[in-house]
Amino acid sequence: MSATPEAGTGEAAPEQTTTPPRRGRPELTAARNRLGLYLITPTIVVLLVVIGYPVFRAVLMSFQNDAGLDPQTGLFVSGGFAGFKNYTHWLLQRCGGVSCPPGTLGSQFWPAMSATIFFTVASVVIEVVLGMWMALVMSRAFKGRGLLRASVLVPWSIPTAVTAKLWFFIFAFAGIANSLLHTKILWTGSQWPARFAVVVADVWKTTPFIALLILAGLQIIPEEVYEAAKVDGATKWQRFTRITLPLVRPALLVAVLFRTLDVLRIFDLPYILTGGSNGTTTLSILVVNQIRQGFNSAAALSTITFVFIFLVAFVFVKVLGANVVKTQQSQQKGAR
Amino acid sequence: MIRRTRLLAVSAVLAVGALVMAGCGGGGSSGGGSNQGVTGRGPITYVAGKDNNNINRPTINKWNAAHPDQKVTFKEQSDQADQQHDDLVQHFQAKDANYDVVSVDVIWTAEFAAKGWLQPLKDSFAADTSKFLPATVKTATYNNTLYALPYASDGGLLFYRKDLVKTPPKTWDEMMGMCSIAKKNNMDCYAGQFAKYEGLTVNAAEAINTAGGKIVGDDGKTPEVNSPEATKGLGRLADAYKSGNIPKQAITYQEEQGRQSFEAGKLLFLRNWPYVFSLATTDASSKVKDKFGIAPLPGDSGPGASSLGGHDAAISAFSAHKATAIDFLKFWTSEETGRYFATQGSLAPVLSSLYDDPTLIKKLPYLPTLKTSITNAVPRPVTPFYPAVTKAVEDNAYAAMKGDKPVQQALNDMQNAIKAAAS
Repeated sequence: MSATPEAGTGEAAPEQTTTPPRRGRPELTAARNRLGLYLITPTIVVLLVVIGYPVFRAVLMSFQNDAGLDPQTGLFVSGGFAGFKNYTHWLLQRCGGVSCPPGTLGSQFWPAMSATIFFTVASVVIEVVLGMWMALVMSRAFKGRGLLRASVLVPWSIPTAVTAKLWFFIFAFAGIANSLLHTKILWTGSQWPARFAVVVADVWKTTPFIALLILAGLQIIPEEVYEAAKVDGATKWQRFTRITLPLVRPALLVAVLFRTLDVLRIFDLPYILTGGSNGTTTLSILVVNQIRQGFNSAAALSTITFVFIFLVAFVFVKVLGANVVKTQQSQQKGAR
Repeated sequence: MIRRTRLLAVSAVLAVGALVMAGCGGGGSSGGGSNQGVTGRGPITYVAGKDNNNINRPTINKWNAAHPDQKVTFKEQSDQADQQHDDLVQHFQAKDANYDVVSVDVIWTAEFAAKGWLQPLKDSFAADTSKFLPATVKTATYNNTLYALPYASDGGLLFYRKDLVKTPPKTWDEMMGMCSIAKKNNMDCYAGQFAKYEGLTVNAAEAINTAGGKIVGDDGKTPEVNSPEATKGLGRLADAYKSGNIPKQAITYQEEQGRQSFEAGKLLFLRNWPYVFSLATTDASSKVKDKFGIAPLPGDSGPGASSLGGHDAAISAFSAHKATAIDFLKFWTSEETGRYFATQGSLAPVLSSLYDDPTLIKKLPYLPTLKTSITNAVPRPVTPFYPAVTKAVEDNAYAAMKGDKPVQQALNDMQNAIKAAAS
């Protein structure tokens, strides 16, 4: 940060312009802090309104009953306070007094949870492996590298809805996938083919994103380390596992964190590709389906989803040590 | 410097706050009591989905020319049924007075009526329904009260290859017997809409109702699907899928996939909506242009029970100009408008007289067959819990057809799920 002349103080300025703020005059620090506070306030207000209020309201709604039907008038009347009924509906499968029968949304909660976790694990693992390979290729200097880096982003830049429709046609019964593989698989008609189709479409779309995040991490690693290792006689594999992986770990963790949180919330791709049928209903699809049947129950489900994803993010940050801000700063420094 | 920056900061907060408030949108206020007399004349808004055939605007222009001080504005929604539904829900929940007359799919009328969002058409709002086909009036009725007027209908038709099958089959077993003709010509035998979506509810309801079963009782709530007739009906679909008379890929078919297969000459019998008629006749890629015929759905003794589709027009309970709205509603469902909708938009009429009109029949040769279909149509469950009921039917019918569970158990689960939906 360049030093700015301290206007408004009126005193002579004996200190050098490179004095760190910590050792400046206390009034100046206080003034700067107030300035910082004012500048941040609009953002905080917007965040509170756009994020804080809806989340708070949704949690409140999740403790209300959905409207019930008054048998005499045939009209809906407000349901009143529900306690934890909406939560037990989802977590313990209670539909009224019975266990939720197949064909209700409640019965789909645990299958949706397992489908979401499956997509997350499968997509992220494949994307990281492929992304790492792509990043390693792109980090070498060769003719046309710029073109490759730009063109590799094309799948990422296509809107997900369009991607989903494209893969829908590819995986149609009379589509290209069956022609090329000489099979007659009903891709969207049975569980594992449908899940496979969703994972393939997702990997195709977002591997470039992971590749570029990892590439940014690879750029920081200095060449000298590799050269020293080569001199010491390290094999390619040893250079990869002992130098590249540990040094790219921060960027890799950030990429994995982003992707994991993304796939845990995935909605548009499975919704358009398979309609959520055959074991591809994710938690977000379940929430949207529930909204049409009752808002308050949907609020409870989306709070459960929120808590689940928050816990996953928490584990990543605290246990695995993903640090988004520090990684970005070190990448910026390394790029200069 | 600090003072100036503070001033800038404060104005920034105010500016952002103003932007956010503006973004909150002007919520319409004034919930009109639904028991007022017919008052309020003035400009109104008509809300409907995408006007693909361009019939709404010319009709509205005709009204506007005759009623310059009660002009109607057309608010066009997307062409996705789910989005239309959600848009209506959002505005009704906000008690928006800007939505005066709305077009509702027949399956939403009960839901909106039960939530108190539609003006009941009784007492001073009463409308004459004697000229409409009775089945269409049933879709606009909830709890013995009329809440809307039907203006477009739809019934399922059987499309068949008349070059290969001389007379269309009258019963399901007869149709299955003709599957040998399909095999001989290397074609699939029968397909409808069997993907896991609303179309499957339509097809499953047709199978169940044709066999004499019911999904829900007359109160619209109590499930009665766990009956031997329903087992027979749904069993027909499941058996046909198992034996291959319904091709394996039909489990992914919505309306368009079936139509494409039929037009490519790969399907012998297709259950679909009347819109296929004009496309199969005029599409450049259609291989069956003059080789196909239409018939009512095969039944047990008499025509099969088709599911009723279509749209009703209703008045919002929150409208400020209900007198204009009811007049516009009567105009919208008049014979002249119905004739225009039928000829220009291929919308199935709701007035019985139009089905016997020779000029219309010449333009739309499927009209007599469609009249049989609609006269024998059974509406899908008229219940305010329709989203949950259709989910119960879809999920279990899908599992039964694929053979994931026996038909009897699927119907048991359907029964329990519908019961849970209304609780």
